[in-house]
Amino acid sequence: MKELSLHLLDILENSVRAQASCIRILVVEDTKKNLLLLTIQDNGKGMGEEELSRVRDPFYTGQKKKVGLGIPLLEQLTRLCLGNLEISSHPGEGTSIVARFQLDHIDLPPLGRLPDTLMAIFASHPDIEIEYEHVRDECRWAFNTKKLMEELDVQNTQDLMTLLWGIKEWIEYHEEHMG
Amino acid sequence: MFHLEMVEEGVSGMKITSIEDLKKIKEEAQRSTSLREGNADYRIVVCMGTCGIAAGARQVMSSLLDEISVRGLKNVMVTQAGCIGLCDREPLLSVEKGDEKVFYGDLNPEKARRIITSHIVNGQIIGEWVVHVER
Repeated sequence: MKELSLHLLDILENSVRAQASCIRILVVEDTKKNLLLLTIQDNGKGMGEEELSRVRDPFYTGQKKKVGLGIPLLEQLTRLCLGNLEISSHPGEGTSIVARFQLDHIDLPPLGRLPDTLMAIFASHPDIEIEYEHVRDECRWAFNTKKLMEELDVQNTQDLMTLLWGIKEWIEYHEEHMG
Repeated sequence: MFHLEMVEEGVSGMKITSIEDLKKIKEEAQRSTSLREGNADYRIVVCMGTCGIAAGARQVMSSLLDEISVRGLKNVMVTQAGCIGLCDREPLLSVEKGDEKVFYGDLNPEKARRIITSHIVNGQIIGEWVVHVER
């Protein structure tokens, strides 16, 4: 994958499949600590210890297929960039994933088009609440899709479809003006 | 030059920077009722497994959403699914209406836009890109 935001989309897919109703995404770029942190927290069905011990195995999958590459690919990238991947999960409570990378590592792909990843997940699952926060040193911006929908008084998916380009521009504007 | 900038900045001719701007375009959208409203519903399902994402499914999704949103189409919804086992034909999507499912493969953002204009707006299936049909 050429962008970190594509890995993020891939991991978010897992939360959707785990029937999460709320997903928290935190992206931190900390130049002082030379750290890039990607956190995904969901309230989905979670995993037991046995399943948790197997998710890093590319030949383990929770579905009817032969491989499951999302987590192994991300873990491989964290290692390549002198970081690590932490996964914690409890059945019935949800799963949390923390990926750490050395921020100035030569092999670290760019964050890429974060707004596209957010819109892909939001447009196809508008009922899932997404809480997004992006921190770059002293700058921070955040939004919550549920609060946004309430404020815009969006009643149904049709309303939302016509608003998508605007919401994407709004996210892009804030991402670009983080300093 | 000025005209070009207007086009790039979207249909209402302004750059969306605040919640207030979003409220304005919502009002605008509600005033202009879609020509297609009331027609049978289409569902577009984009395959977004690891294979799909690596092959460019997100860009396909983005151009679909763009096209639908800017055209103000109200008879279609877009959602996503995981890997369906046709990884070598990714990016893939299916257009579903009633019991009919048309799978398109080897897509890119430009083809995705064509699927909206041809299949969704004009009801014409683009035969040469179809990999499978379920009825």
